[in-house]
Amino acid sequence: MSLRVRAPSVEDVPDEAARGFHVPCPAGRPGDAARFGDLRLSAAGVVDKPAFDASPASMRDLAYDLIRVLDDEGQALGPWNPQLSPDQLRSGLRTMMLTRAFDDRMFRAQRQGKTSFYIKCTGEEAIAAAAVEALEFGDMCFPSYRQQGLLIGRGYPLVMMMNQIFNNSADPLKGRQLPILYSSREFGFYSLSGNVGSRFPHAVGWAMASATLGSRDVAAAWIGDGTSAEGDFHSALTFAAVYRAPVILNIVNNQWAISSFQGLAGGAETTFAARGQGYGLPALRVDGNDFLAVYAATSWARSRARAGLGATLIELFTYRAAAHSTSDDPSRYRPADEAEHWPLGDPIARLRRHLLATQVLDEAEIETMEAEALALVRAAAKEAEAIGTLGQSPPSAKHMFEGVFATPDWRLVRQRGEVGV
Amino acid sequence: MTSMSMIKALNSALDVMMSRDERVVSFGEDAGYFGGVFRVTEGLQQKYGVQRSFDAPISEAGIIGVAIGMAARGLRPVPEIQFADYIYPAYDQIVSEAAKLRYRSDGMFSAPLTVRSPFGGGIFGGQTHSQSPEVIFAHVAGIKTVIPSNPYDAKGLLISAIEDDDPVIFFEPKRLYNGPFAGRHDQALATWAGHPDAEVEDGHYTVALGQARVVRAGSAVTVLAYGTMVHVALAAAQDTGVDAEVIDLRTLVPVDLPAIEASVKKTGRCVIVHEAPRTAGFGAELLSLVQENCFYHLEAPIERVCGWDTPYPHAFEWDYFPGPTRVGEALRRTVNSA
Repeated sequence: MSLRVRAPSVEDVPDEAARGFHVPCPAGRPGDAARFGDLRLSAAGVVDKPAFDASPASMRDLAYDLIRVLDDEGQALGPWNPQLSPDQLRSGLRTMMLTRAFDDRMFRAQRQGKTSFYIKCTGEEAIAAAAVEALEFGDMCFPSYRQQGLLIGRGYPLVMMMNQIFNNSADPLKGRQLPILYSSREFGFYSLSGNVGSRFPHAVGWAMASATLGSRDVAAAWIGDGTSAEGDFHSALTFAAVYRAPVILNIVNNQWAISSFQGLAGGAETTFAARGQGYGLPALRVDGNDFLAVYAATSWARSRARAGLGATLIELFTYRAAAHSTSDDPSRYRPADEAEHWPLGDPIARLRRHLLATQVLDEAEIETMEAEALALVRAAAKEAEAIGTLGQSPPSAKHMFEGVFATPDWRLVRQRGEVGV
Repeated sequence: MTSMSMIKALNSALDVMMSRDERVVSFGEDAGYFGGVFRVTEGLQQKYGVQRSFDAPISEAGIIGVAIGMAARGLRPVPEIQFADYIYPAYDQIVSEAAKLRYRSDGMFSAPLTVRSPFGGGIFGGQTHSQSPEVIFAHVAGIKTVIPSNPYDAKGLLISAIEDDDPVIFFEPKRLYNGPFAGRHDQALATWAGHPDAEVEDGHYTVALGQARVVRAGSAVTVLAYGTMVHVALAAAQDTGVDAEVIDLRTLVPVDLPAIEASVKKTGRCVIVHEAPRTAGFGAELLSLVQENCFYHLEAPIERVCGWDTPYPHAFEWDYFPGPTRVGEALRRTVNSA
């Protein structure tokens, strides 16, 4: 295990610094060879696993190490190995494949003008897929826009996701939301919005309510490295710590917030996981591209929350392999091949390798799974496109006036009359 | 029935609702064990326990963010913001989340919380204890804004707000917590004892949201007011002898347009009074509504009597605070206008 980042020293400080403040820059820009500066990594299997009820003070190193189970050969090593069953492993791989196939299809749909916008989670599929397996179905999730795998893994109909993306007449959100901002209370997916971070404290409040109602469910939330700079991150951690809310707070450090590298949120000075220690929370730093490690950490945190010991902060260390969204072009701010050089690999490839190495699946079965994922996505797309893509069969404009309140007031009634719907 | 101060009436509303509905929880800075700096939540923790009435960190954004999560889960939170002057860190949570949650999720999630906050001046509180920020909430689709002017309405409106399935911002005129106040700062302070609007039912009752109240019927001019300014308007009518019809709006959003229309169509003249600064204050919205709906009945321009476009000053409290003299002058101008 290594801690390869050096704190700034006097020798580093150039003369120019005397005339200004430090502005952090990423290691590689377009045209450079892909580099990541100094990454804090650990070998698979070497990091200790404390009991879930151990004190935060006894596990401080876990915020600076990297919990990894799968090594580069696909072997599962160490105390964090969750010893999953073949069914769980297959289910996880299936969710990741389906997520990637869905992403590919919807990205192309945007380029074809069938929708205005789409966000892929390429390279981060294990984060949602493992959470689906480790959480209970009744645990409410407070995701960002990059955890669509939660819905996919929990069995939410792909066609309904597409209907929302196309804002067609079957859009479950009645045309009110930008594409990909799903909502499903039934499937435990809290309503998404385009502003970042503000739902982190909602997860804490939800969890506090669960506790006071005597319920056994746990809440889980996800926030990006960039967004962790927002005040809402801080208030969520404060309240989670003060009230020992049964919530799992995840920071998905995928290195990039649109064009802003993680150093602009303070990631060069310390780890994101380490922020939890300032609040007295247990903090785990996890290889986000390792399905087994993400499962294990989530499960650990869930046990802790269920036992009444409160919240855990988990940093999921990963890489945003694709653009921020269909409106973004990363070749303008980072080396074009940077994703290929990510030292922690691809989550789907790594779980595949593991399943092959442990003979849970063979190549033919994996190919069948991939073909099935593609077929499911195609079938859903066919169904959704038949209803209509963007602009073809929009919901009635009357929906603009409904849902503002439980019952519209006189202004909404009057204004709807002006529009004549 | 009991004669109650506004503080006692608000406390009673919370007590009644917490007794009646176990989903109702109250929290805020100093609002748990201590009962709040204005004592509105006094005794609730002792009676209902720490899960129902508790202290919160100094984090308005966190208080409201957590309240939204609780409300979405199924509780009926009544978070307190200690002074309306401190509500701004929570403004994003209110506007970007509470106000939009039902709409964007097609009702799968909603935020039935009631945000309570003392507001307004007349107390020598200076910039950060005297503000009236109601208009920035009135402007936001998806929330309701309510302001009582007396103990009876305070209890009934707060109960209605808590029972409402949508987010409600509930501003409490702190100048009126312990007694009516008409801006006669040189006179001895009155308490609510003996005031007819301080006779409050002990149990559960509601005052409907969205309904104004004609506090003083009149024929010469309509005065639209809320909060402390209702009392100032009554004093101005008394001092000048102008036969003003004083309307206490009680709910700013959704405002009771039929009541406003009926009155202005009757009197033909209108004066609007609020403590908040003049520019783009809620009076501008009221003035527009009157102009749009009652234009052909107007005999005079509509006047606004407001706070000045300055931060709320300390030593100049009575120069800033719209008192009965300033309101009286507006009444006279309006009725004398040809």
